[in-house]
Amino acid sequence: MLNLDTSHVQLSRDEMERFSRHLILPEVGIEGQKRLKAGRVLCIGSGGLGSPLLLYLAAAGVGRIGLVDFDVVDVSNLQRQIIHGTAWVNKPKIESAKQRILDINPYCQVDLYETRLEASNALAIFGDYDVVVDGTDNFPTRYLVNDACVLTGKPNVYGSIFRFEGQATVFNYEDGPNYRDLYPEPPPPGLVPSCAEGGVLGILPGIIGVIQATETVKILLGKGTTLSGRLLLYDALKMSFRELKLRKNPATPPITGLIDYEQFCGIPQATAADSASQSGLVEISPAQLKERMEAGKDFVLVDVRNPNEFEIARIPGSHLIPLPDIENGDGVARVRQLMNGSELIVHCKSGMRSAKALGILKEAGIEGKNLQGGILAWGNAYDPTIPNY
Amino acid sequence: MSVTVLIPAPLRPYTDHAETVEIEGHSVGEVMTNLIERYSDLKRHLYSEAGQLRNFVNVYLGDEDIRHLEQGEATPVPDKATISIVPSIAGGLA
Repeated sequence: MLNLDTSHVQLSRDEMERFSRHLILPEVGIEGQKRLKAGRVLCIGSGGLGSPLLLYLAAAGVGRIGLVDFDVVDVSNLQRQIIHGTAWVNKPKIESAKQRILDINPYCQVDLYETRLEASNALAIFGDYDVVVDGTDNFPTRYLVNDACVLTGKPNVYGSIFRFEGQATVFNYEDGPNYRDLYPEPPPPGLVPSCAEGGVLGILPGIIGVIQATETVKILLGKGTTLSGRLLLYDALKMSFRELKLRKNPATPPITGLIDYEQFCGIPQATAADSASQSGLVEISPAQLKERMEAGKDFVLVDVRNPNEFEIARIPGSHLIPLPDIENGDGVARVRQLMNGSELIVHCKSGMRSAKALGILKEAGIEGKNLQGGILAWGNAYDPTIPNY
Repeated sequence: MSVTVLIPAPLRPYTDHAETVEIEGHSVGEVMTNLIERYSDLKRHLYSEAGQLRNFVNVYLGDEDIRHLEQGEATPVPDKATISIVPSIAGGLA
């Protein structure tokens, strides 16, 4: 059980009333509520997972909450990041979250770290907290959070989501396994699409974030059985929960210090490979595309996004051939057929996937041009009906 | 011997979008070999060029990680067993 000093913690009459439904629970009671108030929780990220868990940690009476985030609220966040409201769009997430936490529980101390979590600041920040909750969205930060938790001896309450599926567990708690026991290495960049590319059901982080909040509260109370040693899998479409055993892996090398996590996750290598493969890439600006359209030039415009993105918005005259079809070869034949000697222009949402498609086409002997900034740049320049999705 | 293999969302593009597939095999290794024979695009996502299960993908027989099974991939699979493929996912914030 976490060593929390409650000897100087007092609960006022107002707090007694506010937390009365906890106080009459024998498993919480006055001593448990004092433990929550003495508890210091650091939340990495105040987005999809952070939003619901912060609301509940604040409401439960956690005494001190630290927030690490450097992002601002985007309108596309509001579908799932329920701690933020419309009035906070384009403003810092941590300011928005702090205001909402204090509205729920003015007795909470909220510490803000408007910074990217780095190997250079993680240990110092973690040192001031009892529990760390991982609500990040990328592999380098997840391995950094894990390693810093191991080095500072803090439990790491983990949650992760993809489309309709989520994973949750507790790492590094009471000599239990950590993230590297579950996955010694991250996948190479680009192998797994991000939420921004792959989409996510807005309610999904709500479920997983609330599971993380539950585990955090149990750790602070020292009650119940945590998910340590168990990986919980949730599937929203099936509405099913499954549990897998999670053990320490004797082959996992000990963590002795923080490293370069971007390097570890292959980010610089992937960027270098991308720029090498794109060195021969010919680009075309939205203005040049517009000129060709107005001059009635002979060209073929291929859109390599997914069919549901094509439903959201499209450039007039474009032909949909999704990147996966080009990757498996069928799309290459279709592009060749469509072109029939015409100039080829390829686009996607912002230019990454179309560059990849052009690389594959080039290997098949097909040359084409990449629309700079994709359909979003086109929309910004010429078509205000195209949403910045 | 037929086993149900559960395919996670990120890998479904490589199984014709099937969420579960029925695969024959007597051992975990045999089932996995038959799986990637049927869905060849899955192979590079699950195994390295040296044929090692990748470090960011876990395979479970029932609720047990096959790396922790005493007999490893040679572990016999009971009829109607479930094998789950669970890849590393990072999403949460964005």
